[in-house]
Amino acid sequence: MQAADLAAQFNLTVVAGKKGLERTVSGGHCGDLLSEVMANAPVGCVWLTIQVHQNIIAVALLKEMAAIILTGGNRPDEETMAKADAEKIPVMVSDQRTYGLAGQLYSAGVV
Amino acid sequence: MSSLKKSFNVRCRDFIHAGEASISVQQLLKQMHIDPVLIRRIAICGYEGEMNVVMHGGDGIYCVEINTDRIVLDISDKGPGIADIAKAMEKGFSTASDEYREMGFGAGMGLPNMKKNADEMIVESEPGCGTRVRMSFIIKQSTPT
Repeated sequence: MQAADLAAQFNLTVVAGKKGLERTVSGGHCGDLLSEVMANAPVGCVWLTIQVHQNIIAVALLKEMAAIILTGGNRPDEETMAKADAEKIPVMVSDQRTYGLAGQLYSAGVV
Repeated sequence: MSSLKKSFNVRCRDFIHAGEASISVQQLLKQMHIDPVLIRRIAICGYEGEMNVVMHGGDGIYCVEINTDRIVLDISDKGPGIADIAKAMEKGFSTASDEYREMGFGAGMGLPNMKKNADEMIVESEPGCGTRVRMSFIIKQSTPT
């Protein structure tokens, strides 16, 4: 599954990093503590978080993530969107809470 | 292969550029076809060290030295230093401000993450004299890439 498929299938709004939508999604991770994400997020994952500041893009790059989904109606900072565009890291937003969206992704085979 | 050294300035509270040294090193190691698993370990250690400088350290320098048999990260800063290094190494211990905690930092996992992922790690610090963290990573020649 590509990041673009994820957005379409789960009704996610892509707000930045659209040039990276061909990235392959090979897993998932939920977390808001950046050190925990650095320690445990798998390569190629989609990351569900409520953190919106620009340093999430550095984390996504270093962990070679496929995409970031901001849950709970959170929206990225301007700086975050600019960096996501520059680094081609897709950032999507959802009004759903992390738990519910993660459950849907898991049921669809994003494990 | 002769030794390759690079260094990057890291500025206190510069969240615009925070992480860029780690990303640059990650890209360099990929170009050199270093084992991807080793690169990921170095990325974790480098990022944690870099963010410690950004949040706590005052200005600092992030150095990487790439040798045939090992890679060394040497991250030093001019910050307030660590009063109790053993305490700072404990999982969950943090002196991060509420501002940084709200950003998802300050979980007290940084130094333990670094210790776990480095083959060797030395922390030198005194209150008022800054902090220096050196981490070594052994390159296993037989490791598949």
